[in-house]
Amino acid sequence: MSVTAYTNARLIDPATGLDEPGRLITEGARIVAIEPGQGAEGLGEITQVIDCGGHILCPGLIDMRVFTGEPGTEHRETLGSASEAAAAGGVTTIVVMPNTDPVIDAVALVDFINRRARDTTIVKVRPMAAITKGLDGKHMTEIGLLSEAGAIAFTDGDRPVADSLVMRRALTYASNFSALICQHAEDMSLTANGVMNEGEYALRLGLTGKPEEAESIMVERDLALVGLTGGRYHLSQITSQKSLLAMERAKHAGLNVTCAVSAHHLTLNEMDVADYRTFAKVNPPLRSEETRQALAAGVASGLIDCIVSSHRPQAPEDKRLPFAEAADGTVGLETLLPASLQLVHEDQASLMSVLKALTSRPAEILGMDTGRLKVGAPADLAIVDLGFPFKLDPAQLRSRSRNTAFEGRVMQGRVTRTVVNGATVFEAENT
Amino acid sequence: MSIEKPAINFAHRHLLKIRDLTAPDVIGLLDLAEHYVTQNRKVDKKSALLRGRTLINLFFEPSTRTQSSFELAGKRLGADTVNMSVRSSSVNKGETLIDTATTLNAMRPDVLVIRHGASGAPQLLAQKVDCSVINAGDGTNEHPSQALLDALTIRRHVGSFEGLTVAICGDIAHGRVAKSNLYLLAMMGARVRLVAPPTLLPPAADRLGVEIFHDMRKGLEGADVVMMLRLQTERMEGTLVPSTREYFHFYGLDHDKLSHAKPGALVMHPGPMNRGVEIDSRVADDPNVSLIHEQVEMGVAMRMAILDAVSQNAKASQ
Repeated sequence: MSVTAYTNARLIDPATGLDEPGRLITEGARIVAIEPGQGAEGLGEITQVIDCGGHILCPGLIDMRVFTGEPGTEHRETLGSASEAAAAGGVTTIVVMPNTDPVIDAVALVDFINRRARDTTIVKVRPMAAITKGLDGKHMTEIGLLSEAGAIAFTDGDRPVADSLVMRRALTYASNFSALICQHAEDMSLTANGVMNEGEYALRLGLTGKPEEAESIMVERDLALVGLTGGRYHLSQITSQKSLLAMERAKHAGLNVTCAVSAHHLTLNEMDVADYRTFAKVNPPLRSEETRQALAAGVASGLIDCIVSSHRPQAPEDKRLPFAEAADGTVGLETLLPASLQLVHEDQASLMSVLKALTSRPAEILGMDTGRLKVGAPADLAIVDLGFPFKLDPAQLRSRSRNTAFEGRVMQGRVTRTVVNGATVFEAENT
Repeated sequence: MSIEKPAINFAHRHLLKIRDLTAPDVIGLLDLAEHYVTQNRKVDKKSALLRGRTLINLFFEPSTRTQSSFELAGKRLGADTVNMSVRSSSVNKGETLIDTATTLNAMRPDVLVIRHGASGAPQLLAQKVDCSVINAGDGTNEHPSQALLDALTIRRHVGSFEGLTVAICGDIAHGRVAKSNLYLLAMMGARVRLVAPPTLLPPAADRLGVEIFHDMRKGLEGADVVMMLRLQTERMEGTLVPSTREYFHFYGLDHDKLSHAKPGALVMHPGPMNRGVEIDSRVADDPNVSLIHEQVEMGVAMRMAILDAVSQNAKASQ
C-alpha cells in the first residue's frame, strides 16, 4: 500500500484543538500517524512526500447541504460535476438533498445515488432522503428502510414540513431509528410573495419582503415538538436572530438539536441584492447586517454547529430574469472555505471555530468517521493556503452552473490540495 | 360427558370495562366459560337458561366475529337475539345515542350489546336503560369480552397467569383490545410488554405500568405469549407508519422474530388479520404456535359465560 507523508504542515484538528506544525502520514486510505513537531527527516518506507509549504493541513470539509440536478435536471449539475467543484473547494464529503426529479424518497433511489456516487464522483457523497413522500408534506417515507439503505438523514430539502402533526410524527417515528430530521424552517403563508429580506431596503427596491419571523415561528414550533417527542432535529439554515435565541434556549434545555448556516448568510447581507442581482437571490433571503453579525457570532461561540454551502446550481434561463421571477440559489461548493475564512480574517470568529463548523461538527451530527485528524480515520484532507488573495471569477468555477453570489468578490484563502481516502483529487495550479 | 356448571358470584349488572372487575370475578367468568366450551362441543349446544329473554346487538361499527359471536352465544342460551342494523336505523337519520337508548329500552330488552366508535358510549347507555349493557368495544377505550376470551385461551394452554410474560405488539395507540388485555393480564399477575413503533404508542403509555419496546426482537425476548394487533389500513400509508412493507420489516411477526420469544411461545391475534402486514402467514397458519382459530371458538363460550353471569345478577335485582 502506498505511504504518503505530508510534511511541513500546520496541522489543525478541530476535534481535539490541535494546531501545531508537524507532519501527517497516510497509508492507503487511512491516516496512520500524526506527528506534531516532526519535520521531513527520519521517515521510513515512503512512497511519496508532499511538502505542504507551511500551509494548513486539516480534515477535508463536510458540506451538509448540497443540491445537484441528478437525477432529473442534469443540465444544472450532476453528482460528478458537483464532486469536481467540491474537490476544488476542499470539500471531501457532500451531503446531497432529495429535491430531485424523482424525489429521493424510496430505497431504490437511495441506491441510485449511491451507485452514481461510486461510479462518477471524486469525493464522498451521502444522500439525505425525503421526510415525506414526493415532498408532499403529509405522508412519511420509509425512514427505517431508507436508513438501512444508507440515507444519512431526512429532510424535505428546500421545503418545510409545515403540518405540525406530520412533523410531530416524523420526529417520533424517526427517533426509533435515531434518524436525524433536518428542517427548512419557513412559514410559507408569511413568505408567500416575498423575494428578499423584509425591511427598508426591500421597500426602496420595490420588492416584497420575507420577515425573519417566518423562520423563527417555525423554529419555535419545531423545538417545542422536539421537546414533546425526544427526536433529533437539525435546522438546515439559520438566518434569524430570534431563531438563534430559540436554539440557545433549546440547547440549554438539553434538547438534541443542532443548526447550520450558509456561508453566504455569514458573509453577505441584503445590500448585496443591489441592482437586482439575481445571483444574490437565495432562500432564506440574505438578511440585515445586524443579523449577519449575530450569525457570525453564533459560529464563533459554537451556538451554530455547522457552516454549509447550500450549493444550489441554477441554469442561466432561471436566473436571467426580473428579480422577483428569478430562481433562488447560489452555487457555493468552491467558495465555502474562502467565504467562511472571511470571518477569520475579519476577526469575527477564530480559525478553529470556523474549521470545526466545517469538519468535525458535521461529522459528529451525521455520525461519520471522517472530519478529523485521527489515526485510523479515513485520509480525507485539505491543504489550505490561508492568506492567498484572489478575485472570484465565475468562469473559473468547475460547477456546471455558475450562479454565484460571490461573483467578482475579493476573497482570501484557497485550497491547494484535496485528498479523499488517501488519494489526491484536486491540486491547485501555481502553488 | 357432563360437567357440573360452576356457580358464580358476579355482582355486576353490566360489563362495561375490565377495570370494573376483580380477579375473583375474572376467575369465576373463566371457570363458567369452560363449562360452555364443553357444551359447545356437543352436538346439541342449546340450553334454555335465557329462554324468554331478549338480547339486542347494537353495533355502530362494523363487526363480523364479535357480533356473530354474541348472537350465537345468546341463541345457544335460548335468548331471542336481535341485530339492530345501524345502517338502516333511525340512528342514521340523526337520532342521538340517548334517544336510541330510550327507544330500545321501551322495547324491554334484557341485554344490550353495544359497539360504538366513541369511548364511553356504553357507559352513557347504561345510565339510560334498565337492562344489562355489555361493551363490545368502545372507541379507544376497552373491549372487555375480547380480553376475557384471550385470557380463557391463554389459561387453557398455560394454566396460570402468574409470572407469565405477554408481549402485546402493534397498534397500541388505537387499540381498545390492547388496553383491556393489559388491564386484565396485569390484574391476574402477568408481566405485560408493549411492542410498537413510537407513533403507534399512545402518549403517556409509560404510565400504564408496563415495559415498552420499540425493537420487536428485544420485546419478544423470553415472552410466553405474543399478542398481535391489527393495523388499520388508513394508518399504513404514511400518517403513522410509512408503508406496509416497512411495518412488516420491523414489526411483522415472522418466524425469525418469533424465534426470540420463549420456545413454544403462543401467538394470538384478535382478527381480522392483515397477512403480510402485522403477521406472516407462515406464523398465522402454523398450528404449533397459532391460537388464532381457538380464540374464535373461545369467543362464543366466553360470551355465553358473560351473558349467563350478568343475567343471573339481573334476575336477582329485578
